[in-house]
Amino acid sequence: MAEPLLSLRDFRVSFPTMRGDVQAVRGIDLDVRPGELLAVVGESGSGKSVTFLGTMGLLPKNTKISGSAKLLGQELVGASALKVRRSCGKDVAMIFQDPLSALNPVQRIVTQITEMLQSHQNISKTAAHDRTVELLDLVGIPQPDERALQYPHEFSGGMRQRVMIAMAIANDPKVLIADEPTTALDVTVQAQILELIQKIQRELEAAVVLITHDLGVVARVADRVQVMYAGRVVERGELTAVYDHPSHPYTRGLMDSLPGSSRERLKPIPGAPPNMLNPPSGCAFRARCSYATEACAAEIPSLHQFGDLENACIRAEELVQELTR
Amino acid sequence: MTEPILEVEHLVKQFTVKKSEGFRSIKRSVHAVSDVSFSITGGETLGLVGESGSGKTTVGRCVLRLLEPTAGTVRFKGTDIAKVSAKEMRGLRKQFQIVFQDPYSSLDPRMTVGASIAEPLTIQGIGGDHDKKVADLLELVGLAPDHAQRFPHEFSGGQRQRIGIARALALDPSFIVLDEPVSALDVSIQAGVVNLLADLQEQLGLSYLFIAHDLSVVRHVSDNIAVMYLGKLVEYGPAEDVYTKPAHPYTQALLSAVPEPDPAIERTRQRILLEGDVPSPINPPSGCRFRTRCPIAKEICAIDPPELKDRGQGHPVACHFPQTTMVSISDRTAV
Repeated sequence: MAEPLLSLRDFRVSFPTMRGDVQAVRGIDLDVRPGELLAVVGESGSGKSVTFLGTMGLLPKNTKISGSAKLLGQELVGASALKVRRSCGKDVAMIFQDPLSALNPVQRIVTQITEMLQSHQNISKTAAHDRTVELLDLVGIPQPDERALQYPHEFSGGMRQRVMIAMAIANDPKVLIADEPTTALDVTVQAQILELIQKIQRELEAAVVLITHDLGVVARVADRVQVMYAGRVVERGELTAVYDHPSHPYTRGLMDSLPGSSRERLKPIPGAPPNMLNPPSGCAFRARCSYATEACAAEIPSLHQFGDLENACIRAEELVQELTR
Repeated sequence: MTEPILEVEHLVKQFTVKKSEGFRSIKRSVHAVSDVSFSITGGETLGLVGESGSGKTTVGRCVLRLLEPTAGTVRFKGTDIAKVSAKEMRGLRKQFQIVFQDPYSSLDPRMTVGASIAEPLTIQGIGGDHDKKVADLLELVGLAPDHAQRFPHEFSGGQRQRIGIARALALDPSFIVLDEPVSALDVSIQAGVVNLLADLQEQLGLSYLFIAHDLSVVRHVSDNIAVMYLGKLVEYGPAEDVYTKPAHPYTQALLSAVPEPDPAIERTRQRILLEGDVPSPINPPSGCRFRTRCPIAKEICAIDPPELKDRGQGHPVACHFPQTTMVSISDRTAV
């Protein structure tokens, strides 16, 4: 198998607060493979965004980050700010949920993309301008030469997200991290942006990490899925395997809580996610899990190979037998 | 068939905006809602769907007279609420309530939950044991009576939305506008709130106007569905009909854009990808408002605005060329 582009080992992130450390990410191992589209799903507070913001050094200075995060073989945890900045925006780039707050409202689009180009490449201003127009054209913005001179407020939500994508791919990144890129958009515009992300992935041959909570979006575009809960990976595998036979009770619960076409009662997961100031002992999901036993409280279950999936439930084997019976 | 509880006819709402042009300022109107008619019968849910800017929230506000309609009638149990005096309106308000989208900003952070829920009772001058009523309401929405002493920040999003629902129920209304009630919630929590709304409807005989952009939730809760595009209804009918036999090209595009959580369906189905964005409601396109993005628009669509009527589809559609064949929108039952 090819070398992973981004590789996390026992990656941890915690935020110091007055009342103690909030443990947002509690030990993640992950390899992002070249050319794949990896979807990271989980509810709010599961640590899915923080994992990648932490890798890219985009969290506040007092954040405690430990473990290892290697980008193209280079260690990012503990590296100097300068070194991290050199990689971010070049080898790895990010698209955010809200393009209006991610773009500078008082600068023209061309200025912002030129800045992105010139900070990583030795390129003249005219060449950067031409490249900007080319990029805007690539992401499907009509009349790119005129639009480049406009300000963010002159673009609609979908068009702004296209500008964000143009900016992210300006330096041909190897890994593109998209953090809820379509959550703020309407479904018809969402469909356009998802198509665009897939097109970009094919043309740049980049790996895409798509952070989302929408299981429908995942089913449309992902190759591989990672399900997160309370700062840990609970299940991971190829898209069809995860959707076809989810083996972790949390993944199952998520799938079951979606409304179907009939008007039967929905099946919510009882309770609420744990407080990450004092995460529970053992499996963090056990308080909401209808299959939990005493053994689940003993230690944090590790992610292990289970058939064609990776799973972090100590009762996975029993549950599969129980459910197929 | 039961009597309609709410009848909306030819509802129009325009907002005036000022735009400066040189030294002059020019007044223009935003056509937020243009000639919308529908009705809701007792105990029924009407799902109102559309993208941002389609005017669905404005409709919700107009039927409660939180906004004054520009034209048209809104009859609530036979009374035209657009015409009654402010004093009569206050009495009427007991019977219809609203639940907002954002459970974080719709509760006063400095009021206890109990005080928030009891406030409508105080405003309406209803005496009696408020504490008892609050305790009952909290229990009704699945919270504990002693939660009344706490403040909103002590609750999760799902719990806050339950508090918002309890507050809406305080005056025993018969009709509730639900404006994106579960959009801000995680799926596992959302399911619980959707179930609660269904239970309350059954127990209390409530009617809902359910405004949302999430089509899978709307399908689950609605008896009838109205699809809005740029201030107009484009399709209106029984939920199953609209989902399984959408006849308007916009409805088809909208449904085909909704991602289904099933990889097999997603990989095989055909999608109508709409080009561009919704045009500005300041200067909507002539004729059919959808024609600028419509894959099958013809000349007549620019001249003649299509009426919302049944053209043999079994339910009203506002299109000159209603579609009989549809893009494959498979059921999600096979899980």
